[in-house]
Amino acid sequence: MADTLTIGKALNLGLRRAMEDDPKVVLMGEDIGKLGGVFRITDGLQKDFGEDRVIDTPLAESGIVGTAIGLALRGYRPVVEIQFDGFVYPAYDQIVCQVAKMHFRSRGKVSLPIVIRIPFGGGIGAVEHHSESPEAYFAHTAGLKVVACSNPSDAYWMIQQAIASDDPIVFFEPKRRYWEKGPVDTDSAPFALHESVVTRPGSDVTVLAYGPMVRTALDAATAAEEDGRSLEVIDLRTLSPLDMVPVYESVRRTGRAIVVHEAPGNLGLGAELAARITEECFYSLEAPVLRVTGYDTPYPAARLEEEYLPDLDRVLDGVDRSFGW
Amino acid sequence: MNDLLRMYELMAVIRRTEKAAYDLFMAGLVKGTTHLASGQEAVAVGASEALRDDDYTFATYRGHHHTIARGATPEACLAELMSKATGLCGGKGGSMHLTYAAGNMLGSYAIVGSHLPMAVGAAWSAQLRGSEQIAVAFFGDGATNIGAFHEALNLAAVWKLPVVFVCENNLYMEYTPIASVTAVANPAADRACAYNLPASIVDGNDVLVVRSAVREAAARARDGGGPTVLEMQTYRHFGHSRTDPATYRPSWEVEEWLSRDPLTIAAAQLSKEDVAAADARAEKVVAEAVEAAKAAPPAEGALTDVWADGSSTWRT
Ligand SMILES: Cc1ncc(C[n+]2csc(CCOP(=O)(O)OP(=O)(O)O)c2C)c(N)n1
Ligand SMILES: [Mg+2]
Repeated sequence: MADTLTIGKALNLGLRRAMEDDPKVVLMGEDIGKLGGVFRITDGLQKDFGEDRVIDTPLAESGIVGTAIGLALRGYRPVVEIQFDGFVYPAYDQIVCQVAKMHFRSRGKVSLPIVIRIPFGGGIGAVEHHSESPEAYFAHTAGLKVVACSNPSDAYWMIQQAIASDDPIVFFEPKRRYWEKGPVDTDSAPFALHESVVTRPGSDVTVLAYGPMVRTALDAATAAEEDGRSLEVIDLRTLSPLDMVPVYESVRRTGRAIVVHEAPGNLGLGAELAARITEECFYSLEAPVLRVTGYDTPYPAARLEEEYLPDLDRVLDGVDRSFGW
Repeated sequence: MNDLLRMYELMAVIRRTEKAAYDLFMAGLVKGTTHLASGQEAVAVGASEALRDDDYTFATYRGHHHTIARGATPEACLAELMSKATGLCGGKGGSMHLTYAAGNMLGSYAIVGSHLPMAVGAAWSAQLRGSEQIAVAFFGDGATNIGAFHEALNLAAVWKLPVVFVCENNLYMEYTPIASVTAVANPAADRACAYNLPASIVDGNDVLVVRSAVREAAARARDGGGPTVLEMQTYRHFGHSRTDPATYRPSWEVEEWLSRDPLTIAAAQLSKEDVAAADARAEKVVAEAVEAAKAAPPAEGALTDVWADGSSTWRT
């Protein structure tokens, strides 16, 4: 069955379905129960599944994630909501020191099927803590898997796949796109969780994006078409592990690659992607792999964020730079 | 002017500044979000009245009242909210990060709990200098459930530092009633005994009561008696932040607290003429502040000030 849903609603339905499918799925977070979360992603779930499965927690991120570990150790599949990106850091210790390492440390005997949902990125006029893109911190940590959804169909399916995964997953949601609509086929998942996907085929340059920047990249591709340039847009979807096969395949055809993300450029995902593309596609490249990213500064105040965030013009400028090489 | 009238006027200025912030928001001149402290003014004003000018205060994202109470002008606050170059942080901090170092108001913090240990450190600096300054940390009821609160209380107790921990218990942690997620009835005061600290529960809407409670705690801290926990019972008149209509609060509760408005309580002890004159002065100050803030140039320099030398990157 195909529906038109917002990303927020698709996540909500995905969570609902995961809870129906598996009674071991429990949700935890601040204000997620009665209120349904500040972005209403868990709207109605406490009412339907009860206070034992949708838990309004105290303000205690480290405690929340730590508790999720204990639940997961004994067979549950906790899904933790972190209210905004910047509030994950009090839990960072538990995530990096425990969640990420338990499976390795126990020589594979213990798995922690925990999903940590984080609304990330800017564009909503909020300041630091409320607009950050911390994905690289987690992708850098072995033992964690990191994904980012960019559209309603992926929101619906990826959240279910993440919950079903036996590995701990940091699940990034593009908060400024929560209200964007798109088709969702609720019968079958179009892609596997850790698969990068060509969302718009093209022939001149490969644009790699994820989360909120996929829409920006697609808009740039539409605009570039008017200039006679054909952009191929790949939605990475999985940030750790990376799925490089479609990326290499694309770059070998186009000879150019641009990575777009909101996070600062310094040691961001773009750095890893550029390195790997260079290692694998060196002789196909017509230009160095370029990055269009946020700047190496803390996230700025509301009125300055337009200056900070990569937008359509900056992506097109990246394309120009690549062709100018 | 008598003390109470002066405090009333300051509260009236804060109330109107926040009303102006809300209106500017609605007019699209403030972006992002704001957390109004309307209803909680007496905590800020009563406490700062009890402090020396060189004492340190630390506040939360709900910190407009604490910033103005330490002497920041409504104009500089509103300009900051509007991301203007004349704002307290040059327009780069916004509503949640108001800081007025000139008044020893050492910042507003939007990661709940993060500033409690900072206040402990500031108090330690005073102890090392032998300056008899104290530090005050203001925080919400919700903050008492995060680790930093407990770490800070223990550190301050162990080192016997001149800190006053002031909890503004407004009964809610965002949308969640604090009682539903807290093991004790009085989230801050009932925890103090675990750290062997004195505590009291204070009517946070009566500015004179607040002042005397903070005076006592401040005197103890200055005399080397160590930290105190004060739990101020108060209430926010509006939702948690701009987008929250606060429908989760029963109307009887809201009405009861509105009838205990800190401005009304103070006004009842003053003459009508005095109150009217103070209101008029406050009105004027804030109206002028709004115009000045509007006229100020926008913030610039999203890319500067990252490093100590003013630059933002080592790459060229
Ligand atoms: C570490 C952290 N987690 C979550 C949040 C989101 N958040 C902002 S305010 C708030 C509630 C705080 O309640 P309280 O301490 O009572 O302060 P009040 O807002 O009532 O002044 C929450 C959960 C945050 N800012 N920081
Ligand atoms: Mg509160």
